[in-house]
Amino acid sequence: MEIIIENASLFLILAGVFGLFMAWGIGANDVANAMATSVGSKALTIKQAILIAAIFEFAGAVLAGGQVTKTIRKGIIDAGGLAATPELLVYGMLAALLAAGCWLLIASHKGWPVSTTHSIIGAIVGFAIVGIGIHAVNWGKVGFIVASWVISPLLAGVIAFAIFRSVQKLILDTENPFDNAKKYVPIYIFMAGFMISLVTLVKGLKHIGLETTAIENYSYAVVIGLLIMAVGKYFINRIEFDQSLNRSFHYASVEKVFGVLMIVTACAMAFAHGSNDVANAVGPVAAVVSIVGSEGGIGQKSVLPIWVLLIGGAGIVTGLMMYGHKVMATVGKKITELTPSRGFAAELAAATTVVLASGTGLPISTTHTLVGAVLGVGLARGMAALNLTVIRNIFMSWIITLPAGGILAILFFFALKGIFS
Amino acid sequence: MAVSNYMSGIFGNSPVKPMQMHMEKVHECVSLLVPFFEAVLAEDWKKVEKTQQKISALENEADVLKKELRLNLPKGLFMQVSRRDLLEILTIQDSVANKAKDVAGLILGRKMVLPKQIANDYLKFVQRCVDASAQAKVTIDELDELVETGFRGTEVKLVQKMIKTLDKIEADTDKIQRKIRLKLFEIENDMPPLEAMFMYKVIEATGDVADQSQRVGSRLQLLLAR
Repeated sequence: MEIIIENASLFLILAGVFGLFMAWGIGANDVANAMATSVGSKALTIKQAILIAAIFEFAGAVLAGGQVTKTIRKGIIDAGGLAATPELLVYGMLAALLAAGCWLLIASHKGWPVSTTHSIIGAIVGFAIVGIGIHAVNWGKVGFIVASWVISPLLAGVIAFAIFRSVQKLILDTENPFDNAKKYVPIYIFMAGFMISLVTLVKGLKHIGLETTAIENYSYAVVIGLLIMAVGKYFINRIEFDQSLNRSFHYASVEKVFGVLMIVTACAMAFAHGSNDVANAVGPVAAVVSIVGSEGGIGQKSVLPIWVLLIGGAGIVTGLMMYGHKVMATVGKKITELTPSRGFAAELAAATTVVLASGTGLPISTTHTLVGAVLGVGLARGMAALNLTVIRNIFMSWIITLPAGGILAILFFFALKGIFS
Repeated sequence: MAVSNYMSGIFGNSPVKPMQMHMEKVHECVSLLVPFFEAVLAEDWKKVEKTQQKISALENEADVLKKELRLNLPKGLFMQVSRRDLLEILTIQDSVANKAKDVAGLILGRKMVLPKQIANDYLKFVQRCVDASAQAKVTIDELDELVETGFRGTEVKLVQKMIKTLDKIEADTDKIQRKIRLKLFEIENDMPPLEAMFMYKVIEATGDVADQSQRVGSRLQLLLAR
């Protein structure tokens, strides 16, 4: 107890700095993955993508990031037995942040396919097993989270498959794809706007202190969806059928219409990513803040302070500005396979899955979900070639990342424990 | 921080563009048969040799493209079109250029002179064979559209129409080929026997250019059947 009260401000500063470091790492590498499809399909330039990512990542983190933050903050560790030594939890959370941040830095440097989510979960579980005891881990919840890592790419794949098949049926495989694109694309825009705003309204707003009823939520979501659709429709109507472009590739004009849709889904994707992955950095910070704030009390029901979410948002945006554009440039150059019609289907499916997971409080990997969605589009016969070895790499990254994050966290945990006692 | 990323890794190199580039090269090679035979008829052996060299060089370039494409289709690649189908089409495309090279090599090697009686028909014949390869190229050019639509709907109908046209062109070449053979048969006793035999061989090899072009279309048609 005394340790916490004595070092209260130091712990808060450390938590803030480590959280910022982690968020910076997420912004520098992970966000680029989320935006890769948009840049790769040439629907957005890198600058536009960064601007969209900055705004919507931030919005997603603040508006809809609370639920996942709660899971990471107190869902994984059963802190019941720590009432006498709350400082252990503080060391642990700080160690987890530092471990996951470092691991991300190393892995990104080497180009390994790691997930920020897996790093932080591995780190937290790792320090909990060694630092507190194997019984301290809420295995039921962890099992649920791990299961969601398998399910989320699958779900995104199924949704993407369905969306792309509907696009084929309604637009691409018809006599007049351009007219049909103008007719149906606004509906997809509405779907994207409706889905994102609904999850935000239902799950997000109570974290920032707004209470709404179910009917209000649905009607607001419909209104927001319609508004976004109207804006999209305005831009779509300005696209004209370009005869010269169409000579070499008949679907050039059609893809331009999908380009508008792609901008909307890029926003949705950034929002979804913000709502889920920011928690990886913010969750442990929130845990430290709540312990320090209640002077050593554990498990107290405290409202998540907004400034914690702001730190996450700010870290991501700085990381993105400093390094994200480099990553995006390489990704953008490599992905030419992705036309807007395919990219939007993948993004919409992935964003839907991620936002749903955010609403349920499940920390999942945005990138893996997006990979699942891209495969779904491919299975709908929409992609010319997919490299399936990536799937193997993803499984490998699970096997390596979880223990790596855990071991690093254990080292930092004992280091911190040694320094303060 | 390193600038590497695995999101982009999932997109394998698309085989569609290289396939189209290969067919383009093949057609470029085949289309030289027209100036080649014009030179043969004019008995301008310098020009014949130069054109033959160009044909041979283009065939080589097509070979290089073929090998590159083959190496870029690893087993782990998931494609809309099965790997085997694609590689088979590629082989057939390549054989179109091979046939053109055979014809040119045979004629130059033996310094063959076409009998006056079949000269005009032969030019028509060659032109029609080149048309067949042109039509095969146009059909392969639709591959990216087929991928876009997932091998469904109106695009499939369009490609099927193109394949029909290709078949018609090939039937034309068969007709001209029969006519030339008949004429050659009438005069073959007046020719040195070896000369006549090789003449038949050249006719057959020229016709093969159209045959192989048609096979490109037929093989593509198998992809559309579902």
